[in-house]
Amino acid sequence: MNREIRDQFPILGREVNKRPLVYFDNAATTQKPERVIASLGHYYRSMNSNIHRGVHALSQEATEAYEGVRKQVAQFINASSHREIIFTRGTTESINLVASSFGKKFLAPGKEVLISAMEHHSNIVPWQMACEASGAQLKVIPVNDRGELMLEKLPSLLSPKTAIVAVTHISNALGTVNPVKEIIAMAQQHHIPVLLDGAQAIPHMEVDVQALGVDFYCFSSHKMYGPMGIGVLYGREGLLDQLPPYQGGGEMIEKVSFEHTSYNELPFRFEAGTPNVGDAIAFGEAMYFILETGYQKIAAHEKHLIEYTEEKLRQREGIRFVGSAKERAGVISFLVNNIHPYDIGMIMDKFGIAVRTGNHCAQPLMDQYGITGTIRISFAVYNTTEEVDQALKALDKAIDMLR
Amino acid sequence: MNTIQQKEQEIREEFGLFDDWMDKYNHLIEMGKDLPMIDEKYRQKQYLISGCQAQVWLHARLEEGKVLFTADSDALITKGIVHMLIRILSGETPQAILDADLTFLDEIGLKEHLSPTRANGLVSMIKQMKLYALAFQAKQNKTP
Ligand SMILES: Cc1ncc(COP(=O)(O)O)c(C=O)c1O
Repeated sequence: MNREIRDQFPILGREVNKRPLVYFDNAATTQKPERVIASLGHYYRSMNSNIHRGVHALSQEATEAYEGVRKQVAQFINASSHREIIFTRGTTESINLVASSFGKKFLAPGKEVLISAMEHHSNIVPWQMACEASGAQLKVIPVNDRGELMLEKLPSLLSPKTAIVAVTHISNALGTVNPVKEIIAMAQQHHIPVLLDGAQAIPHMEVDVQALGVDFYCFSSHKMYGPMGIGVLYGREGLLDQLPPYQGGGEMIEKVSFEHTSYNELPFRFEAGTPNVGDAIAFGEAMYFILETGYQKIAAHEKHLIEYTEEKLRQREGIRFVGSAKERAGVISFLVNNIHPYDIGMIMDKFGIAVRTGNHCAQPLMDQYGITGTIRISFAVYNTTEEVDQALKALDKAIDMLR
Repeated sequence: MNTIQQKEQEIREEFGLFDDWMDKYNHLIEMGKDLPMIDEKYRQKQYLISGCQAQVWLHARLEEGKVLFTADSDALITKGIVHMLIRILSGETPQAILDADLTFLDEIGLKEHLSPTRANGLVSMIKQMKLYALAFQAKQNKTP
């Protein structure tokens, strides 16, 4: 099948519980191609040094490579400038940065933050904290039974009180692709900035922040074939410029005295301390991997896997899909009869199949469905229909044992 | 050998009959199904053990110096493990429960359930059982 792609991922050759690994937990984190792993090694073997500070050759090389990836990210998501790309530890830190800095500047009693009922805890808790600190209020766009945002409720939720709208591009629990263009258009009519949690979108589809007209876009390298510990906050320059710094320290300052500190320009103002240079550089390789593979091919292949799996699941009795939105990508969430997802996951693991069970860090959403969790299969470009067959065989075995 | 060790030995022998994991799990699942029903009034939020992906409810009372546990879980495998722990620890004195090291779980090939990453709450469950024992012991010491 997609041999050339699979062969680039060394981990796919290993066994788990004496069976060939079938890795279907890609929404949690994807595996890494050899070029990403090699890049990490290469950085530490040949280039490691602290950046932006040294006049020596290593420091200049590392600085160039790191800043090169920043430019690469800007291109990757079509930002208008590399100054709009802030490196963070990942989506969670990106959202926390905005919630904190934007919160300090724009949240106050009487103001509202609008999120949705299908958010990951990473796009709920930082806003709760910002609201608590500022006296603003958290509002929620409801989700219908199919797992779609109830867009018809949006106009009545948007008002001059709304300071920001923060929603996920794709739901990690249900795979729903949200109509973000419509959301942004509605918010723009009221001049309200929009943050998108892109953690689950950018691994599967091309993202163009200018075409979207989005103000903040957050994502993690480790969910898109890159290393853990590095991620991105895209922020529209005009808006970022107005925000106070997030953390204080080195790199983010222009001049420090005990009386007064003036801050550095964008993006360095938001990158206090020594950044994660090695992982950023390897992240660059992950983006090359995606570009060379091609989003079209990735999306088509994953769509095929999803349709194939759903079809096979539908042929079985007692399967209940959780989330049946028209537009979906990346994940299938389901339950089997009254069997607890945990039991199924435990036994599938014994067969070497890695699936995710539980609430997927979306407890409010699970509460709405009156369930404590689901079984979630999530795909990456290296997965195959043969793996799906293996996983479903394990699923049948599990169902049989748990009956 | 005290009675806890005896009961552990029994379980070791039961599981010793099976060579492969599937038979072990089938046995565990059977034990889950056989767990005596918990009184509905203890299947409530305040008896829920936190930190588990599967929900586990646990209640204990002291009768004639012995701790009697009842418990339940919404996941079958977890319920099997719960049943095993109850078989071993229920009816013992608080001191004996506090002293139990429960290494048999490792020996019967269910070690994976002891790792803190398996959000199944076995570790929290043992901790909670010992906390009950500790509380009963403190109470006993106060009223001699
Ligand atoms: C939709 C969504 N948002 C945010 C996150 C958090 O990402 P990270 O843990 O990389 O910060 C995840 C990852 O689980 C996610 O799926």
